[in-house]
Amino acid sequence: MSDSHVYTPYHPRWLRRRVSTYWWLEKWSYFRFILREGSCLFVAWFVLYLLLLVNAVRQGPDSYTRILEWSAEPWVLGLNVVSFLFVVFHAVTFFDAAPQALVVHIGRTRVPGRLVMAAHYAAWALASVLIAWLIVGA
Amino acid sequence: MIKQHPEPSLWLLFSAGGVLSAMLMPILLLLFGVAFPFGWVAAPSHAHMVALLGNPLTRVVLFALSMLSLFHWAHRFRYTLYDGLQIKHLNEVIAALTYGVAVVGSVVAGYILWRIP
Repeated sequence: MSDSHVYTPYHPRWLRRRVSTYWWLEKWSYFRFILREGSCLFVAWFVLYLLLLVNAVRQGPDSYTRILEWSAEPWVLGLNVVSFLFVVFHAVTFFDAAPQALVVHIGRTRVPGRLVMAAHYAAWALASVLIAWLIVGA
Repeated sequence: MIKQHPEPSLWLLFSAGGVLSAMLMPILLLLFGVAFPFGWVAAPSHAHMVALLGNPLTRVVLFALSMLSLFHWAHRFRYTLYDGLQIKHLNEVIAALTYGVAVVGSVVAGYILWRIP
């Protein structure tokens, strides 16, 4: 017998059906899962966009005007509209999952999941109003 | 001694980035990415932006948002490639690339925000 084979004694051979690489196209719920996971790409894009914007402000009024013009170019505007929709989808799915991820106790009683979720939505609304006020209102 | 796994810490960064990006990004994107370019609302003046970014608190928040969101992306993107496209043999390479980008991006974010006068 040759020594080239490595095998584990008594190890069963699992019956594994090969799953298609495109399994997530088979059902709407699978596709929704991939869309939700894919939202992270738009989160990353916004970090890049935010840093470009901050850098432009740092460089002076001309750079700032230029990035505002650049933001109005069709492809950037299109990308940002799609990104906005994905980021909102990300927010809704993340806050809806919050009661499962965050179990809060006060004393010995568990805070109901709906309250945990409502607190997240309230914080989201408050943060949005505050940011909008700081940027355009103040 | 029990070996410490990095997974819980990475998940914590993913989760923190998920919450922070969900709270702050929609309104920022709506304003700068959609409302200002379409002309629904007038964009703030350069002086106003300088005043906003001049506040250390703004910079701390934007740094936390950038760093945690990048780690959120890295973690989620890694697992999407792993589960979705089943790229399992490149696991180490993908992990090194995604978290590497997150680390480099955080350093760049810190540099840009710190350089504001």
